[in-house]
Amino acid sequence: MTQAIKEENEYAAAFRALQETAERVAPAWVARLREQALARFEQVGFPTTSEEDWKYTNVAPIARASFAPTFDKTSDDLTPDALAAYTYAEAAQSRLVFVNGSYRAELSDLRELPAGAVIRNLADALTSEHEAILRAYLARAASIDESTDGFTALNTAFINDGAFVYLPKGAQLSAPLHLLFLANETNEQTAIFPRVLIVAESESAATIIESYEATDESVYFTNAVVEVFVGANARVTHYKVQRESDAAFHIATTQVELERDAHYDLTTITLGARLSRHGIHVKMAHAGASCAVDGLYLVGTGQHADTHSLIDHIAPHCTSRQLYKGILDGKSRAVFNGKVFVRRDAQQTDAQQTNKNLLLSTDARVDTKPQLEIFADDVKCAHGATVGQLEEEELFYLLSRGLHTELARNLLTYGFAEELVEKLKIESIKAQLDEAILNRLHARLEV
Amino acid sequence: MLEIRNLHATVEGKEILRGLDLTINKGEVHAIMGPNGSGKSTLAKVLAGHPAYVVTAGEVLYEGKNLLELEPDERARAGIFLAFQYPVEVPGVSNAQFLRLAYNEQRKYRGEEELDPLEFKDLLAERAKIVEMDAGLMSRSVNEGFSGGEKKRNEILQMAVLEPKLAVLDETDSGLDIDALRIVADGVNHLRTPENAIILVTHYQRLLNYIVPDFVHVLWRGRIVRSGGKELALELEAKGYDWLKEQGAEASESAVTVSAK
Repeated sequence: MTQAIKEENEYAAAFRALQETAERVAPAWVARLREQALARFEQVGFPTTSEEDWKYTNVAPIARASFAPTFDKTSDDLTPDALAAYTYAEAAQSRLVFVNGSYRAELSDLRELPAGAVIRNLADALTSEHEAILRAYLARAASIDESTDGFTALNTAFINDGAFVYLPKGAQLSAPLHLLFLANETNEQTAIFPRVLIVAESESAATIIESYEATDESVYFTNAVVEVFVGANARVTHYKVQRESDAAFHIATTQVELERDAHYDLTTITLGARLSRHGIHVKMAHAGASCAVDGLYLVGTGQHADTHSLIDHIAPHCTSRQLYKGILDGKSRAVFNGKVFVRRDAQQTDAQQTNKNLLLSTDARVDTKPQLEIFADDVKCAHGATVGQLEEEELFYLLSRGLHTELARNLLTYGFAEELVEKLKIESIKAQLDEAILNRLHARLEV
Repeated sequence: MLEIRNLHATVEGKEILRGLDLTINKGEVHAIMGPNGSGKSTLAKVLAGHPAYVVTAGEVLYEGKNLLELEPDERARAGIFLAFQYPVEVPGVSNAQFLRLAYNEQRKYRGEEELDPLEFKDLLAERAKIVEMDAGLMSRSVNEGFSGGEKKRNEILQMAVLEPKLAVLDETDSGLDIDALRIVADGVNHLRTPENAIILVTHYQRLLNYIVPDFVHVLWRGRIVRSGGKELALELEAKGYDWLKEQGAEASESAVTVSAK
């Protein structure tokens, strides 16, 4: 208890520094939001394993460590060229770069931007003519109330730099937009609070890549909150690529609200971090909305990856698809908890959820819990989960063609992952992930 | 090339092969026929080294060496190929990628240079013609969503790429319509050389109209009860297996086995 108070006080000190910063005066409503959020955090603290939602994921190491946010824009020698390993050719002229949480204009590039669209640093947008939009949407999906968990509260208390994406009615992003969150020269105290707000008005369309990368293998803490609003008949394709340092902590929340006939497609790729947790909440309160929420987690010894999703069917005629695949090697652990909630009025819901896990080692462990809660009577819902090893018949087939055992195993594992990697329609991301996956499999496959 | 002596094998504890003898020389095509459950597919799986099939007695010499102590992948690299009765789907791995990896494993084994993707593409296009295989199937996942006929043709394509010394075709004709059967048979005939040997495991005489064997063997209760030339297949077609079963029962009592030279 005293430990918790001490840590929370450290965050409080950093909080005062942020609120009192003279550099940029945030509107009063932002200051209030931060105050409320800090109060909520001080009330609930970090979750513990006694809470059902955190039963399998122990965040005590985050609570025990001395993480604190920093807001000084330390000068490093990063240049756009140095980012080559973390960026994508397809988004060369549409990218926002954040280093240790701070926006870096000189590393960002926004030449390819359709008329009317607004893509900029959240902190700048708060004091701009777009303030009214932010006020309407910021902390709406990820609201601060009596159900907010400590991580969302803490992120909100430190709202400052981040990505603000606003697509007015009918705007179409011609190139994918890349939001790069890079950890560089971090130390054991570095806490990073990425915040993203995406507002896609009716009939608009965008592909957005949210990626987390690190220049070295140090310890730090990322606590991200992403809010997405998809307007009527708008389409948002969202990729989340998590390649944090293997020593890092990564806690992320994605909160999505869909309007009538909106379509949202999320693919998450989880490769990094010592401990990672991704919470996804998609709210479908208007008829005809559809979403696909898919993911791949590939973890090895010392890694723990947790996915918690809630697909909330509130209105009728909505469709949801979920496919999560996990590959666990060495002494690793994964958690998948996926809830599909079909409320009383959500007739004609079509929901499917699948979680498949491949265990490559006897030391790996996965806890999977797909859940359907249905209160409507005219729905089509299916869910299932599997945990297994490589298929013996598939393995024998490859061996019978002369492939060595290790190559055959790696090829099958790669094939298992490929179903999700193939979903990423951007060539350079696919190439990057193929390489990362193959490296992880210690394979020397040329594909 | 291949000498099987007194081979006994079990699957899930059940003895299927009970003293099988068979000799195969290079350049020969042998058809193995027999009723359901006689052990035809078991023989094919045992030769390929499937882990579920356990050899309990006897020996198999391949090019003078003990085949049974080789792992399945070692056997494949040494030139043994099994065309599966039910080809396996491998999601996420493209046909072209898979074939190139398999091909290069064999090249490495023989101490030859590996082919890069471009070089291999040319080779694959040329071999695909042998089984009239559509180029579109090369970029698809191995066997995934293939029709029954496409899967069987894909097996023969793999054979065409890997050029095995000894190919075992396990009911490659089953489930094929007459056009697909002709394509598969033409492919096999094309790959038939004086240097390699082929074992055709089949239920039906029909295949042997297209791929004419040098020898036909009848398998019953795990051993070969009758061997002959291609005309034996026609005799079986006309008379069924019952007359041989009686002979087989006698043969097992007197432990007489028949084998090709």
